[in-house]
Amino acid sequence: MADRITLRVTRYRPESDTEPTAQEYDIPLRKEWVVLDGLNHIKDHLDGTLSYRWSCRMGVCGSCGMIVNGEPKLTCATFLKEYAPGPIRIEPLSNFPIVRDLVVDIGDFMRKLPRVKPWLIRSEQERPAKEEHLQLPAEREEYEQFSMCINCMLCYSACPVYALDQDFLGPAAIALAQRYNLDSRDQGSAERMDVLSSADGIWACTFVGECSAVCPKDVDPAGAIQRYKFTAAMDALKTLLLPRGAR
Amino acid sequence: MTLSHDVLIVGGGGAGLRAAIAVTDDDPRLSVAIVSKVYPMRSHTVSAEGGAAAVIRPDDSLDEHAYDTISGGDWLCAQDAVEIFVKEAPEELLRLEHWGCPWSRDPDGRVAVRPFGGMRKMRTWFAADKTGFHLLHTLFQTSLQCDRIARYDEWYVTKLLVDDGRVAGVVAVELISGRIEAITAKAVILCTGGCGQIYPFTTNAAIKTGDGMGLAYRAGAPLKDMEFVQYHPTGLPFTGILITEAARAEGGWLINKDGYRYLQDYDLGTPSPTPVLRSMELGPRDRLSQAFVKEVEKGRTVDTPYGPVVHLDLRHLGETVIDARLPFVRELCRSYEDIDPVRELIRVRPVVHYMMGGVHTDVHGATPLEGLFAAGETACVTINGANRLGSNSLSELLVFGARAGRAAASYASGVRGTGGAVRPGVWAQAEEERRRLERDLLGRDDGKEPISVIRQEMRATMEEGAGIYRSRDSLAKAADKLSALQARFRCARLDDRSRTFNTQLLAALELSFMLDVAESIVHCALLREESRGAHQRVDFPLRDDRRFLANSLVCRDADGSRRVEYLPVTITRWPPGERVYGR
Repeated sequence: MADRITLRVTRYRPESDTEPTAQEYDIPLRKEWVVLDGLNHIKDHLDGTLSYRWSCRMGVCGSCGMIVNGEPKLTCATFLKEYAPGPIRIEPLSNFPIVRDLVVDIGDFMRKLPRVKPWLIRSEQERPAKEEHLQLPAEREEYEQFSMCINCMLCYSACPVYALDQDFLGPAAIALAQRYNLDSRDQGSAERMDVLSSADGIWACTFVGECSAVCPKDVDPAGAIQRYKFTAAMDALKTLLLPRGAR
Repeated sequence: MTLSHDVLIVGGGGAGLRAAIAVTDDDPRLSVAIVSKVYPMRSHTVSAEGGAAAVIRPDDSLDEHAYDTISGGDWLCAQDAVEIFVKEAPEELLRLEHWGCPWSRDPDGRVAVRPFGGMRKMRTWFAADKTGFHLLHTLFQTSLQCDRIARYDEWYVTKLLVDDGRVAGVVAVELISGRIEAITAKAVILCTGGCGQIYPFTTNAAIKTGDGMGLAYRAGAPLKDMEFVQYHPTGLPFTGILITEAARAEGGWLINKDGYRYLQDYDLGTPSPTPVLRSMELGPRDRLSQAFVKEVEKGRTVDTPYGPVVHLDLRHLGETVIDARLPFVRELCRSYEDIDPVRELIRVRPVVHYMMGGVHTDVHGATPLEGLFAAGETACVTINGANRLGSNSLSELLVFGARAGRAAASYASGVRGTGGAVRPGVWAQAEEERRRLERDLLGRDDGKEPISVIRQEMRATMEEGAGIYRSRDSLAKAADKLSALQARFRCARLDDRSRTFNTQLLAALELSFMLDVAESIVHCALLREESRGAHQRVDFPLRDDRRFLANSLVCRDADGSRRVEYLPVTITRWPPGERVYGR
């Protein structure tokens, strides 16, 4: 293994640049370094003006998603050595406006989140404070996978539908709605149906499956969307075929 | 534009979100906002793994949880606060259940509990080994249904505004635009978490830079028990990633280079194949980390490029248990160590994890500075004493986040009744802070060295001088070095002139807070001439209840000088005694 590697990093400062450019940095290649360690080396030793987000460095806070050699990746969980001998292209996440360098604006997602009502909805009065809702381990497993989303935005960056239509709710938001729909304690699926079944909801998805391919936490948003399409279709069918009282 | 709220919360992690919800529940007329330097779901609560403690089983009792906490804290805990904490913890964890938190379950559908270090009963609720992640996302998502909680995401608070002895708001920078604004408020709650980043090797995320402690200290509010820094015994070498205590609670063993369960040599009990509560691997964190240092001294650890390590052995637990109870541990070991704990040993060493100290508050989260509140790791209510027990911190941030929210709401309602208009002096302070940021930092053109060099030296200084074992000599050297670093910081080089997402400016402001916090730790550690919990002085190896059964308070006076006072520990029902584990 060579002991150096080149990172070709997107730079963009809106005050001075008309469009993003690439800047090359030569850094040590160490087997234990992830891409983020390389960026931190640049920031601390070569160029203090490079901007990017990061925090936990253990793949759970969701801050450090970027495009590495064309693929959306969590840079704290992607090792430099996998790309040797380089160079490695590091770009901001696709499908979001660039704020600066490797920082993108995810405001669109943050505004979509509350629309899918990602909280537990109970139609009855809340239970007294002294007791938990019972939930069997198998019932918990039903929604567990969809509860693991870290909102890292890799799926939005990979989604060809979101690339064309920014009104699309998108993989993570729909998976999160399903997380609550499938929770045995929740009674809010009817309330979420309007937004999920709208033109910008599940039906916009063409089932390319890129979202699930890039998800670093195996949440499988594509699976969540397919499953919900079936639920919504059955529901529509029931509305057509059954008398009101039997729905 | 005037930005103004009744209650302003700094920090959007577990404590901040819980406080915000409590404010809206308490008084729906109040305007509440969260200012956070990251999107709330990025907050460091997300990294907590093992669980949250609260009495729920019939064979358990509040008194036992209180005793474990107090003895675990080496009798430095405020016992009245602990009694409130253990009583309200179950209500808070149940509330999280009602909000949808995916707690792991027993076969009958009830919430499951697991053992944890220093706890004599099973009372740690968990969501596999991603408890903090689920707790944070549940709180954040629950908060979204309340559109009266305003959010300033990715804004960084640089200063508390204080008017006539009373908090009046903050000055903050919006990172995306660089605009600097005063946000006025009747009450401010600091919920910014800890400061692990002042040490070189920590489980703490990059954002854990002691901002709230620094803000409070500079505004004249005292910091309490700062000398008590928790080293978690099991971090992965190089990365410092936490391997949860739950790995030992499920039956994992700590072994030295000879394959020997060395904790039996340190008055922690005798080895047994299955976990025994309050014994061996389920002893408290301070004692386990200290035992590691002794093993290093005996030459019984394994050398690696990242320093000496011991091994955590989970192999005998089997794949089924590991996948069901510790899936994240397996994922982290595979990703970052390239090993599979089902078949291989995990290399671990102690790692800076948690601050027992913080902003001095009462049981309502109120600080001595009127209108200023604090909760979570930023605060020191004193339930953790000289050593926090694992799984008490998530419960703490809920109990005292909620209490601080309610107290701030009630305070703000009272101030509103009296008018509470912002006075001209406040605007002058805000203007002065804006000038400091624009001229002294963004406009600096004669800087000498990069801030990363100063930061690195600060971290090395803290590990060297104020680590697991300290002495007068090591601390005095650290104090001198930190004071030199403060001077060098004032001449540091800042070359990023952009207003847009300027992370260099952010790093400089964070470093400045960290230097203040580091100095307060070293100063209090120097003055505490005894060994208690996580504070071990090689020159004063015994606990000294006659002189130091007291909480330290460090305070910055108006002239910038530092003053330390001691408050007697509040003892209710548990007189100081010997800490007994494994016998």
